[in-house]
Amino acid sequence: MSEAGVIHDIGYQRYQGPRLGRGALLQAMYVHGLRAAFGLGRSAKSKIFPWGVAGIVLLVAVINAGVRSQTGNWLFDYYQLDDTMSWLVIFFAAIVAPELVSRDIRSGVLPLYFSRPVRAADYVMAKVAALVSAVFLMLGVPQFIMFLTGAFTTKTGMRGVWHELGLLIPGWGYSLLWAFIFASISLLIASLTGKRAFAAGGIVAVFLMTAPIVGVLNVLPSETAHHLSGLASPISLISGVEIWLRDRTDLGLDIGNLGPIYGIEAFCLIAACLLLLLARYRKVASL
Amino acid sequence: MTIIATQALTKTYGGGVTALADLTVEVDAGVIGLVGANGAGKSTFIKIMLGLIAPSSGSLRVFELDPVAETDKVRARVGYMPENDCLPPDVSASEFVTHVGRLSGLPKTAARERASEALRHVGLYEERYRQIGGYSTGMKQRVKLAQALVHDPDLLLLDEPTNGLDPAGRDAMLTLVHRIGNEFGISVVVCSHLLGEVERICDSLIAIEGGHLLRADRISSMTAASDVLAVEVSEGTDELASALRTLGFKVTPEGRLLLVPLESDVAYDRILQAVADLDLPLHRLDQRRHRVAELFTAKETADV
Repeated sequence: MSEAGVIHDIGYQRYQGPRLGRGALLQAMYVHGLRAAFGLGRSAKSKIFPWGVAGIVLLVAVINAGVRSQTGNWLFDYYQLDDTMSWLVIFFAAIVAPELVSRDIRSGVLPLYFSRPVRAADYVMAKVAALVSAVFLMLGVPQFIMFLTGAFTTKTGMRGVWHELGLLIPGWGYSLLWAFIFASISLLIASLTGKRAFAAGGIVAVFLMTAPIVGVLNVLPSETAHHLSGLASPISLISGVEIWLRDRTDLGLDIGNLGPIYGIEAFCLIAACLLLLLARYRKVASL
Repeated sequence: MTIIATQALTKTYGGGVTALADLTVEVDAGVIGLVGANGAGKSTFIKIMLGLIAPSSGSLRVFELDPVAETDKVRARVGYMPENDCLPPDVSASEFVTHVGRLSGLPKTAARERASEALRHVGLYEERYRQIGGYSTGMKQRVKLAQALVHDPDLLLLDEPTNGLDPAGRDAMLTLVHRIGNEFGISVVVCSHLLGEVERICDSLIAIEGGHLLRADRISSMTAASDVLAVEVSEGTDELASALRTLGFKVTPEGRLLLVPLESDVAYDRILQAVADLDLPLHRLDQRRHRVAELFTAKETADV
């Protein structure tokens, strides 16, 4: 025990300040994850990819905005932006998800987290929130730029701005759906391995390999098989949900009147991935 | 002050493996050595103290708190340094320790201040801004210790802190642990399978084997009244032995040494006088404490 009244030169100072609760802890982990997603606070090398992808999407949106301001028409609307950029989103998730979770497994840092007041649920929540935000930012910010162009070039004043906002909000919702689907699937895959390259390969494989199944189902002679084919791949699942909610028929996928099934699967897929992720980390948290 | 108290603590894993059996022990504040061979149940004991796993039966109180029911309160007061490599290679030590500090509930600025404080206390100064991947094993062990200290715990649980260190690094780490226990006023549980290094720095010792408590006591009471004087003369060893025996000492020859138990304060002078009377060239005269290990060996054979 240190003696009272003795002042050491570089003595140890006890901490008397406040200790924050679970909310602050979640926030710290979330911000840390979001920064890691974009390589902030990391080496320049880890910034190249996320900012490269974000830059491309942004550039596309700016070109699109330029076309709109010159001709008055979009090259593609808010939804089509997400669909067009789907491959970039896949690669983004495939790089960032391992960065968020595989890295922690690899370096063995999890015992340090879980010996603090961090629970498996906190960890999963913070990581999912970070990746969802990162993907959403990647799509939502370009969408917002498109909105600004739309709002500034409108010829009907405030009404035009409101109209444009009415288009942007569901567009953001659509981006959020993308973000949730991609984040939950890729985090689940990434949480299974400590090797980043394996995790990235696995994520891309899941999104790539399921696409041909949709094609195969579509050449089957059964009408129902055509309608259900989109369920086989996450990307066509998202299109299916869009077709259902927006009553579209021109998106190259015929879902018949099975739209609700797409909605249910999307929801169940996200929920199942998150629950599996939680189960995985409950096991890890007990070391 | 009792900081850890267990009552018939038992942990049986799924496959019927008993890691801890009927462990009842009370530990006072200070530096505590937890010794036992690999697989003796040391790590299980630590995990139970951290509330990472629940005991199968029996009870455990850390600072009068139950780690299962009041996990967060216990963890706020306990710092844990794991045995394995547990540091991300691509961030700087200062950033990493700040981050884990925040995960212990410190506000942002406080976490940053305490992180550099903790790193300074373990002896990392300018290096702390470099990426951990480039550190030596010794520096990594220091970072691991700093991250356990950052939130100012009242108890540190160190799992094999000297693992993988060279002799100089070992000494430095042990000195550091001793300082934390004595100057910082933080109790420390040091896990080790090397009795020799633990006994140098600990106030008390818990020895477990196969999940059973072998012995728990203060070091001073384990080694009390068991001092031995080792005498070495370059010639006339036998003469000295017989001279000492006539003086009433129980002399045990050990190689070229004579071991003489020191029963009283005057014994030392009398032995020295005997050497001088015989006019023998004295090589060595050193007071040996019984090593704790010897006590355990005796105890174990008694058990068998």
